[in-house]
Amino acid sequence: MNGKEPAFAPAPGRAPTTTILRHQTALEIRLILRRGETLVLNVLVPLAALLGVGLTDVIRLPEEDRLGFVVPGVIGLAVMSTAFTGQAINTGYERAYGVLKLLGGSALRRSGVLVAKTAAVLAVIALQVALLVSVGVALGWRPQLSMLAPALALVLLATALFSSFGLLLAGTLPAQATAGAATLVYLVLLVTGGVMFPVPGADRVGAVLPLSALTDGLRATLTHGVAPAALNWIGLACVGMVGVLGTVRWFRWE
Amino acid sequence: MSAPPAITVEDLTVRYGDRVAVDGVSFRLRRGEVLALLGPNGAGKTSIVEVCEGYRRAGGGTVEVLGLDPFADHDRLTPRMGIMLQSGGVHPRVSAADMLELFASFAAHPLEVDLLVDRLDLGGFLHTPFIRLSGGERQRLAMALALVGRPEVVFLDEPTAGMDPRGRYRTWELVDELRSCGVAVLLTTHLLDEAERLADQVVIIDRGRLLAAGSPEALTGMGGVGRLTLTATPGLPVAAMPAGLVAAEEPAGTYLVEGALDTAGLAAVLTWCLAEGATVTGLRTESRTLEDVFLELTAREAA
Repeated sequence: MNGKEPAFAPAPGRAPTTTILRHQTALEIRLILRRGETLVLNVLVPLAALLGVGLTDVIRLPEEDRLGFVVPGVIGLAVMSTAFTGQAINTGYERAYGVLKLLGGSALRRSGVLVAKTAAVLAVIALQVALLVSVGVALGWRPQLSMLAPALALVLLATALFSSFGLLLAGTLPAQATAGAATLVYLVLLVTGGVMFPVPGADRVGAVLPLSALTDGLRATLTHGVAPAALNWIGLACVGMVGVLGTVRWFRWE
Repeated sequence: MSAPPAITVEDLTVRYGDRVAVDGVSFRLRRGEVLALLGPNGAGKTSIVEVCEGYRRAGGGTVEVLGLDPFADHDRLTPRMGIMLQSGGVHPRVSAADMLELFASFAAHPLEVDLLVDRLDLGGFLHTPFIRLSGGERQRLAMALALVGRPEVVFLDEPTAGMDPRGRYRTWELVDELRSCGVAVLLTTHLLDEAERLADQVVIIDRGRLLAAGSPEALTGMGGVGRLTLTATPGLPVAAMPAGLVAAEEPAGTYLVEGALDTAGLAAVLTWCLAEGATVTGLRTESRTLEDVFLELTAREAA
């Protein structure tokens, strides 16, 4: 060792939790933003839907205020695309590559992996919402701000719900199957989730289905300035509970 | 109060459904020691390591790492352990530099990244995404990630698989350095020369069972001398060699003797020379290699 300080003398220790989580979250955000699918599913599709429905009358809407209908719709789509579809695909591959295993065995710990993923998803959703709202406002959308708090609560609740189902898929199915299923669900809900046109039966079954409950509730709060329907809350809470319990029960790290 | 051993494994069993992957294995690793789990593929080496790393619960027996239960106390142990998985573990789009910086940020007193870059020769691919690295480059990065937090115990699962000779040599040197710094290293390998070169203790595993354990010297010395070359009068009757020994004369006057060459066996060979009235002019012994021991043990197990 030619008299050198023993370079690898053990000196273990965990950095402050906030430092660890900040670094991991920053990397997660970068990974989400760098993905090509992210740009398409999370930005281009919602923007195209916003412009297409908001500025043309290709799709017949029940209300005069086209932007008032479609901006809350695409906000819901943005939440789902990041919390569910993107999260499921990425986590599925990370599980297959052993990324979750190595991180779970590091000083980050498994709980840290989940916290960082959630924080990254929330940060990306905030960026998407800021972009969509800016475009909407530039086009003439004038949201009601009196019900902003319940609107934010709906977004958070829906994020938790979509996140838990994304993780449930990623933690139980092989990566390829996860990617396929998550994309399929995205496409089905894009059409039937009340994003671009009203769901038939929106006041009954649709009110409790995850994406339409969110888009419905956002429309009530942001466009009409009224509280979301109780069914929206109940739907999001119940389905979300199923997702969380299922994930806790069945999620596998490798 | 003396510090607990780095790893204590006692009568460990691991089952996957009905299949017994590890069956009653015991060993102990002290700080500043290197222990090699040696065995063919599928012998149960990774299962043992995964229990020690806290990824898997022991099916039976007890395992302690630094005095703690690696499964129940996993979160307390993670900063004190360095884990190198057999493959993967890094997101395909992340570069070595980003990954090292990330893992360094998890530690209270991380190593200088430059030191690891130098020791493991990472400089040539620091900014290349993981997916474009060769097998050996991935292994070196994985090893750097295991070390950056300055752990007390390091787990290396087949650390040199896929490495070229130069990479392997560097890795071996690094393991020597870890030992001299007081780090405990548990490694798995199916390379006999690697185990012989690196380990203070070798634990030979096959089909989940411990076949033999000890220092490489003790293991290779277990059955006495490996083979004996005898120079003596030509034309001796090799068929008359005592039981348990086989001799062949090639070329004339040179006898190669193999078999149970413990002290009694050596005495028997010389007694045979005496009985045949031979003049012995040369005696050369060769010790057995770990390979001889390993093949003998695994062949016996298979029989």
